[in-house]
Amino acid sequence: MAPPPLAIEVSQLRVVRQHSVILKSLSFTVAAGELVGLLGPSGSGKSTLMRSLLGVQTITSGSALALGDKVGTPALRRRIGYMAQSSAIYLDLTVRENLAYFAGVLGVDISQVEHTMHIVNLHSFAGRLVSSLSGGERSRVSLAVALLGAPPLLILDEPTVGLDPVLRRDLWQTFAQLAGDGTTVLVSSHVMDEAARCGRLLLLREGNLLFDDTPAQLLARTRMDSYDEAFVRLIEEAS
Amino acid sequence: MSLRRTWLTMRRILQQLGHDPRTIALLLVVPSALMGLLAWSLVNRPGSFGVLGPRLLGVFPLIIMFLVTSVTTLRERTNGTLERLLTMPLVKAELILGYAAAFGLVAIVQSALVSTLSYTWYGLVHQGIPWRISAVALCAGLLGTAFGLALSALAKTEFQAVQFMPAFILPQLLLCGLMVPVALLPTALRYVANVLPMTAALHAINPLQSTSYYLEQFCVMVAYIMAALFIGSTTLRRRTK
Repeated sequence: MAPPPLAIEVSQLRVVRQHSVILKSLSFTVAAGELVGLLGPSGSGKSTLMRSLLGVQTITSGSALALGDKVGTPALRRRIGYMAQSSAIYLDLTVRENLAYFAGVLGVDISQVEHTMHIVNLHSFAGRLVSSLSGGERSRVSLAVALLGAPPLLILDEPTVGLDPVLRRDLWQTFAQLAGDGTTVLVSSHVMDEAARCGRLLLLREGNLLFDDTPAQLLARTRMDSYDEAFVRLIEEAS
Repeated sequence: MSLRRTWLTMRRILQQLGHDPRTIALLLVVPSALMGLLAWSLVNRPGSFGVLGPRLLGVFPLIIMFLVTSVTTLRERTNGTLERLLTMPLVKAELILGYAAAFGLVAIVQSALVSTLSYTWYGLVHQGIPWRISAVALCAGLLGTAFGLALSALAKTEFQAVQFMPAFILPQLLLCGLMVPVALLPTALRYVANVLPMTAALHAINPLQSTSYYLEQFCVMVAYIMAALFIGSTTLRRRTK
């Protein structure tokens, strides 16, 4: 049987921004349908890596392919769903108006608006102005925008930051479900325990890839009981 | 470039305005009230409103639309929606033209209301053709929108964007011929005045000028609008260093 197609292929990726090296020389691949957690302390380069994959960050050297195409290729713009750290939605529009506008820009069917609201459980808020929603509700709107048109690759930058535990659990269930349906999901986080739900972890520190394996392997390698301790241990070992 | 996405963007911006009735009221009431105030203040100087009124019909929309546009587009840059849109199949020109169309419509409504009030209630009388002045007023509103789009790229916060008003608008107010006729300015300042967008608006709005002069100044304004929209679109970067 042929190996599954690769959703992400990064090879010796290097990003230098204003004379500081953000990503040193990253190489890894992600197969289609994987749920991958991207972890690391703040400033480790997680967002820069995600923005590179989206094609909005200039790459200094090396190469990055998403869904088989060079990142930044116009055709990729409808095939990657992106959720940034800022909610990046219009506060002075209703939930439905936000989704309808982005659906129009993406050129996906308008039925997708109701469908994605259903996935993130936002139906009862459809007519509410985003400015009247809580932080958690706003991030769900932002996630819904990323899900429009069911893109085969999702890049989610700290989607659960600042959310309550119940909502975080729900979101991770959604991610797992999406991955189960064949979507490749790359999620960044700095909360270790929740990231342990991923099939695979990438640990980034100062632009280097420290670890790339399953959560169970992380515990085994560091001989720790909790993911948080294992994470700290790994970072201390490296410095 | 797709007209559909330009249209959707225009509709989205108008929807945003629609949820903000206070801003709509300010956009329509403020210039109308200011023009009424001017007419009232000149009640004891017969004929003066006929001279100053048309000029301010050109200046008000330029200032107001400049402010509104620069703050709105800056918000788009800072809240992350611009970055999100640029990861989607949206062409920069579609965004810029969507903004120009949405605020152009606002400028049409605004200048139609102010002109109508001026010619009826405030008793504006002057030689020349009223619709010509209304056309310049609309163009001045678009000029404000176009420069607001371009200059919002220089501001990092809304606070800074508001400060561009005195920096960009006040020098033009001093030199455009509103205070001192351009012909009487010192030579160096006269050269500066002649390349300012507001001067073109004021020249075009002078009801005593010939039609060919009017058309020429009108073209100058349109050229400024196009140039500012072009500069505005180059400030939208899909990819950052």
